[in-house]
Amino acid sequence: MPVEQLSHFHGGLKLPGFKALSTNSPIQKMALLAEYRLPLQQHIGEPAEAIVSVGERVLKGQMIAQAQGSISAPIHAPTSGTISAIDKQAVAHISRLPATCITLTSDGLDEASPAHPLGETYRQLGKQTLYEHLRQAGIVGLGGATFPTATKLALASRRPLKTLIINGAECEPYITCDQKLMEERADEVLKGIHVLIHSLRPRQCLIGVEDNKPAAINALNEALKNDPTPSSVSIKIVAIASLYPTGGEKQLIKVLTDQEVPSGGFPGDLGIVCQNIGSAYAIYRAIYEAEPLISRIVTLTGAGIQNPGNWEVLIGTPIKQLSQAGGGYTDDVQRLIMGGPMMGLALHSDELPISKASNCILALSSSELPKTETVSPCIRCGVCVEVCPANLLPQQLYWHSRAKDFDKAQDNNLFDCIECGCCDYVCPSHIPLVSFYRYAKTQIWNAERERQKADQARERHQFREQRIELAKQEKEAKMAKRRAALKAKKAGDSSSSAKQDAIKAALARVQAKKSNKASNSEGTQG
Amino acid sequence: MQFETSASPHNNDVNNVARVMRHVIYALIPGTLAYAWFFGPGVLINLALAIALALGFEALVLKLRKQAIKPVLSDGSALVTAWLLVLALPPLTPWWMIAIGIGFAIIVAKQLYGGLGYNPFNPAMVGYVVLIISFPREMTLWPAPQELAQQSFGLWQSAQIIFSGSLPNALSWDAITMATPLDITRTQLGQNMMLSEIQDSPLFGTFGGVGWEWIGNWFFLGGLYLLKVKIIDWRIPFSLIATLLIATTLTYASAPDAQAGPMFHLFSGGVILAAFFIATDPVSAPASNRGRLIYGCGIALFIVIIRQWGGYPDGIAFAVLLMNMVVPTIDHYIKPAVFGQSSKE
Repeated sequence: MPVEQLSHFHGGLKLPGFKALSTNSPIQKMALLAEYRLPLQQHIGEPAEAIVSVGERVLKGQMIAQAQGSISAPIHAPTSGTISAIDKQAVAHISRLPATCITLTSDGLDEASPAHPLGETYRQLGKQTLYEHLRQAGIVGLGGATFPTATKLALASRRPLKTLIINGAECEPYITCDQKLMEERADEVLKGIHVLIHSLRPRQCLIGVEDNKPAAINALNEALKNDPTPSSVSIKIVAIASLYPTGGEKQLIKVLTDQEVPSGGFPGDLGIVCQNIGSAYAIYRAIYEAEPLISRIVTLTGAGIQNPGNWEVLIGTPIKQLSQAGGGYTDDVQRLIMGGPMMGLALHSDELPISKASNCILALSSSELPKTETVSPCIRCGVCVEVCPANLLPQQLYWHSRAKDFDKAQDNNLFDCIECGCCDYVCPSHIPLVSFYRYAKTQIWNAERERQKADQARERHQFREQRIELAKQEKEAKMAKRRAALKAKKAGDSSSSAKQDAIKAALARVQAKKSNKASNSEGTQG
Repeated sequence: MQFETSASPHNNDVNNVARVMRHVIYALIPGTLAYAWFFGPGVLINLALAIALALGFEALVLKLRKQAIKPVLSDGSALVTAWLLVLALPPLTPWWMIAIGIGFAIIVAKQLYGGLGYNPFNPAMVGYVVLIISFPREMTLWPAPQELAQQSFGLWQSAQIIFSGSLPNALSWDAITMATPLDITRTQLGQNMMLSEIQDSPLFGTFGGVGWEWIGNWFFLGGLYLLKVKIIDWRIPFSLIATLLIATTLTYASAPDAQAGPMFHLFSGGVILAAFFIATDPVSAPASNRGRLIYGCGIALFIVIIRQWGGYPDGIAFAVLLMNMVVPTIDHYIKPAVFGQSSKE
């Protein structure tokens, strides 16, 4: 497969792929289970809000929790049955804190709510209507970030769009869910891409696939050749070199377009929007089959599982059931990872449900785990610098994070770290570098939050002071007014002495008159 | 089922500090053997002594610091420090000088600063500088290279000299030692002799000093090995050697009869050893790639300045320590452009 990529990013790692482990059999479908557990937060943003109550019967595809706010996504019932609980349950999260889940007890009928697929008629719809449709279908980015797709598209379509990138790189070892999707359902994926092109109107569409997936590239090319409704926009499938982390959004954009998303910026700043293969397929299902996002392809793999493979799994399926579908664990299973070995989350239990974000369940055996080696001091050898795809100085970030010198860590661009784990992987001193960066980031966020709180408190305090000051001033002004009035009154009093003089004078005159009269009358009498 | 958890990534490369140090030792072996070939087996005795002392001193300090001894000793870093210091010393250096040098390198320059990874100065070079300042005469007692020597010592005799400090058979140090090519060039140029006259001496070989040039070649080979297995980065050796060649070409061109040429500078003394093994000590070198170019360039300039105008014939140790001091400043100002900061639009 000749590589046709335009550019490359700094660093990266050629990792052993272990992809063949799970690609021998086609995608399989799981039998219906007795119970499904659906976390309300399966996406970035606000958690969904439950709109059903315990005991209520729901149909397959019926919305059971609605989106809250603009960055959110609704949740739908994966099958028909009764809501048996809405309470806090363990979910796959690094904090291990329980989160609100809706538990659905299946009735085994798998009765679907009435659906009206748009089919090709979507071409008559405006993009806002279309995005509302995708939003109602609960579609989120299925590459792992789980950003609500409708929001991402709506934001992207506000600006003139040059390039739509479809991310089929799938660079993490072991994971093959996108690969199988491309191999087996290329026509459907392409239809989903057409929906994206129709609504976004980009100048071109690039589908980036790592060259370790020749069958997937062939299948896409075949689908493109036999496309019954060819697009006026050029669609190109680009074979890119297999190099971790090519599937990172910013890395893929660099590889395909030779442009770098500005530090702290978004692909939209370059007129680019990225969508994952799985998301394109979910869009197809929503438009052509009126099926909201109630299932996804999950790779079940690792030497810790008996029969690795890819499964079409209903959201809410307990991982335990999926593992059993894959023949159960081997005796030597050591770790259970959600995601890939580089960035995945180690789960403490297999009772947790599959969510929209679960692209892979990886059961690692002892032979696959790194040897537990003691951490030795950083010797600044700089191997980490060589592999960092963000072109950072990982050893300096480590030094400052460890010293809790977070300002210096930020000076060294801590927040440009994508936590890909390359530095950690190669470190000869076995320092858990990524954990240090996560720690530093969390500390900075906390400090920021504290600072905001303090700022708010200060503002409130200042406002209060101002208000008191104002009240005082008003009072003062009032007093002054009153005092002035009093003074004026007093002044009026002193001027009234003239009046009194006049009164006195008048009285005197009256007296004088009286005495005159008296003397006169005395005179007349005499 | 419950599982143990751990932070990502959940896989790992096969690499560790001991492996890094092991490769450095492999790469030092050919040059060390060449040294023993040209200047006698005394260096091997010194090496054994220095390694034993380095490990002993390190264990002592670790014990005082109440830290685990075994993992630190087995990382091989003390071994490399001892090895590098011995290579910079004359082959018949008395045992007590080795003890002082290694003591300063391991106890003061390394452990008192916090151990491996925390030393701002190259420990071997600190040990060397202490010795050359304290015992300048002993540090110049280089025997004549094998092909020119009238008297050569075997392993046993070398050991006797090293541990007793006196020469057998009423030999005098003057009889067995010779000035190094760098020394001679320095003093005789100072006496206004022409370079061509000076270099007529049998001490001079094709590029540099007899013996020295071959030791340099073997270290060069070891350095290429380290580049090949990616233990060191090309930038420091490259910028050091390139700067040295350019600077000495300029001084040579300014006065061809009164200045030694660039190849002579490169292949005499410890430039090759320094470029591949000493300046590349990652702990005391800058973090960024551009910083490393500056660092190598700075060391070369200091070497040329010290050789040209300073009081010491070689000057590598001082050059390295001076640039060690600049490293925090380099790291503060020289940072790579992060992804998206040099964005092309």
